[in-house]
Amino acid sequence: MLEIRFHGRGGQGTVVATILLAKALFEAGYFVQSFPLFGVERRGAPVEAYLRLDRSKILLRTNVYEPDHVVVLDRTLLHGIDVTRGLKAGGWILINASLPPGQLELFKGFRLALVDATRIALAHGLGTRTHPIVNTAMVGAFARMLGMPHMQAVAQAIFQEAPAKPEENLQAAQDAFSEVRLLGLVD
Amino acid sequence: MSKRVGVEVSIACADAVGLCDVDVVAAYPITPQTHIVEHLSELVAEGHLDAEFVPVESEHSAMSACIGSAAAGARTFTSTSSQGYALMSEICYIASSLRLPMVMAVANRAISAPISIWNDHADLMFARDVGWIQLIGEYGQEVVDLIPIAFRIGEDKRVLLPVQVNLDGFTLSHVIEPIIMPEKAEIQKFLPPYKPQLRLDPENPVTMGPVGMPEVYTEARKAQDEALNNSKAVIQEVFDEFGKQFGRQYKLVETYKTEDAETIIFSMGSISQTAMSAVDHMRSQGKKVGVVRLRVFRPFPAKELFDAIKGAKNLVILDRVTAFNGGEISAPVALEIKSVLFDRKHHPKVGNFLVGLGGRDVTVQNFEEMVEKVAAAKDGELGPYQFINVRE
Repeated sequence: MLEIRFHGRGGQGTVVATILLAKALFEAGYFVQSFPLFGVERRGAPVEAYLRLDRSKILLRTNVYEPDHVVVLDRTLLHGIDVTRGLKAGGWILINASLPPGQLELFKGFRLALVDATRIALAHGLGTRTHPIVNTAMVGAFARMLGMPHMQAVAQAIFQEAPAKPEENLQAAQDAFSEVRLLGLVD
Repeated sequence: MSKRVGVEVSIACADAVGLCDVDVVAAYPITPQTHIVEHLSELVAEGHLDAEFVPVESEHSAMSACIGSAAAGARTFTSTSSQGYALMSEICYIASSLRLPMVMAVANRAISAPISIWNDHADLMFARDVGWIQLIGEYGQEVVDLIPIAFRIGEDKRVLLPVQVNLDGFTLSHVIEPIIMPEKAEIQKFLPPYKPQLRLDPENPVTMGPVGMPEVYTEARKAQDEALNNSKAVIQEVFDEFGKQFGRQYKLVETYKTEDAETIIFSMGSISQTAMSAVDHMRSQGKKVGVVRLRVFRPFPAKELFDAIKGAKNLVILDRVTAFNGGEISAPVALEIKSVLFDRKHHPKVGNFLVGLGGRDVTVQNFEEMVEKVAAAKDGELGPYQFINVRE
């Protein structure tokens, strides 16, 4: 079983990112489970969401405490939140950022991937400069990072789930898929 | 053919209601509500479901509208949670006493204060005595299956009672997971159109809900009591029919690895799934542990429950509600199980744990801790109940 934790801010589409991936991975034949850390959602507040996937039925109904990988939709969260909390050694951390975050030692022993999802989202008119909606770009980068789900399944999930601009969202996912930088193990 | 989909459980629940050809959905659409009625309103608005959607101004009105609808002979559905259920409860008693079949999905959530929108069983527990049948789904598939099952049970002329389908709030209602959605034709085969025994009809007037003078009240209550008692056999019969048609067999009491279990964990709802994970883990260490869950809380299937737990030396009984009973007796679920044991002169070691209140996570480690506590305890050490995973 793989467990993945998503960090974002209310309004960025963090929960929808896990839904898109859950649906795409489900189409690829996985058993999936996705859910937010249930809170009272407020725009801008830190939010967490989780994704589990397995080849057999998933029994666990708890929060995710020791994720295999972590996705960070907003790099400003790195200042206030320990995004590596419980992360398994060698796990990927995918961050929405153009440059590596200053303190690389925070990520020692983990694999780092960067994608400028904010720029990609804005280039496709998703959200505004102050409130870019970066989830579909992050989903595209995720698909490249883990080698799954297939982008066809991602496209299908986006067309099913995106409340608006499905074409633009798909393009953002595709751009991020090509542009994500897989820096690998930080040591 | 049935279709396997990846979908949020609330949405799937609403789709299942749609497959049941409901006539009326009356609901209050604001917190504590789930996507269940939101999606039903979409289905009606978009023309996928030919039903009346009545957006009322409170849960009290929701249940009142449901009673009117059911009394007129319409297949009726609503959904609520926690405080919403509390507001509705005055009218819920009337639905069962008037013997009006309808189905309500309850996304189980804690009751305030402090304000909580998170999962526990406080609403399920206080609804024990309203005279409804209470079914419990542990994961999405079960919720979807229990909806047509609930209509079929409630509308059976040997039963004629409203039925609740309980699903854990958030930990089930808001989770996306794989579910097999039956086809409408399959559901129609399983659930024939509703033929009410009596209904409000200007051509053939009847009185429903008149004053019950002391001369008749007890008789009316006894008749209602018998209806609920007798529903147990019908419930299992409907489970069997469903199993035959869809290949998913449900039982009043469900067991997991209990055959040789020395310790049995008793739980209800979605955390039973985590309990099974814990059992798998403990079994890999050679510990003989199993899980027993109730699929049906009302009517309480005492005989079937006893058969499932009688072989165990230790019982770990979870309650997901605060007891508020003075602290010298157990919490509600354990009390009921203890009464089953007492009547049969059976005395295993029982630990009653209050867990998962207001959304507190219940982990595999928590289950292992509870099993160890009961196994290690000497006589009398466990007390009536105890909290675990709590800051002092």
